[in-house]
Amino acid sequence: MTGADVLLLALGAVAVGAGALVVGTRHLVRAGLWLVVCLGALAGDYLVLTAELVAWVQVLIYVGAVVVLLLFAVMLTRAPIGASDDLDRPGWPAALIGGGSGLGLAVLLVDAFRWSRVQLPAAGTAERLGEQVFRSWVLPFEVLSVLLLAALVGAIVLSRTDIGRPGTPVADPVRPVPAGTPLDEGGRA
Amino acid sequence: MRPVIPYVTAALLFGLGVFGVLRRRNAVLVLMAVELMLNAVNLILVTADTTVRAQLPHSGQVFALFVIVLAAAEIGVGLAIVLQLYRLRASVAVDDVPLSEPPAQPAARTGDEVPR
Repeated sequence: MTGADVLLLALGAVAVGAGALVVGTRHLVRAGLWLVVCLGALAGDYLVLTAELVAWVQVLIYVGAVVVLLLFAVMLTRAPIGASDDLDRPGWPAALIGGGSGLGLAVLLVDAFRWSRVQLPAAGTAERLGEQVFRSWVLPFEVLSVLLLAALVGAIVLSRTDIGRPGTPVADPVRPVPAGTPLDEGGRA
Repeated sequence: MRPVIPYVTAALLFGLGVFGVLRRRNAVLVLMAVELMLNAVNLILVTADTTVRAQLPHSGQVFALFVIVLAAAEIGVGLAIVLQLYRLRASVAVDDVPLSEPPAQPAARTGDEVPR
């Protein structure tokens, strides 16, 4: 056991424990905060595995943006202080399937790798990863940027109430049509 | 470095994510469990980058970056859907959502089909 192994074991234990609390806690907001701990431990794992850029992107995007968005959603939908009793379904099938898939995958991977050792490769710095992204993977990168744009437009269309739903009256942006106003045959008030 | 340690961590995290997706009723908590599964996949990719000598160096880490971006897009659209669901039904319990919605009655909206 080298120092890297000890670090990986400790960070992995933290990540799995925090993940168990994310899916097990009965406090809505605390689930989001445990998710921060889990994702932070995973970022530490990436650092030990010499994936520097991925680790910092993980901290920036996951911990910085995704968790904040999730906490926003918790606050916007329902934010009870204290425990909620109606968060869970009865859990036996879920425990069976989740435990089965997790432990099955773990057994497969243990069987594949045993207790072998590998040398850590050269660190994945921003320079090396940038070379790969902008040379070998530049087409997927561009497609991904189009996908981000599509997701952004989709989120806007979904969250606006006056567009996208069939049968919604087309509102005048300057002077909205009050409810109950009789419409003439042109659809205008 | 023993690669079996992060691999087993990732497998257990994936199992926890599956468990959370199936167990939770709150749609935001379901999304959090989906994030756990995506992170397990990321950990597999980064670990595979250290154990597998691919022809292109650092392919696993590049894929992990792509998955992170996909997760950000997914969470944006997913939360928009969840908030819209809350606006319509004042509840985000996923097992209260009917799978087939009866079509909206077009009776009171006769002026809509006319183009502007």
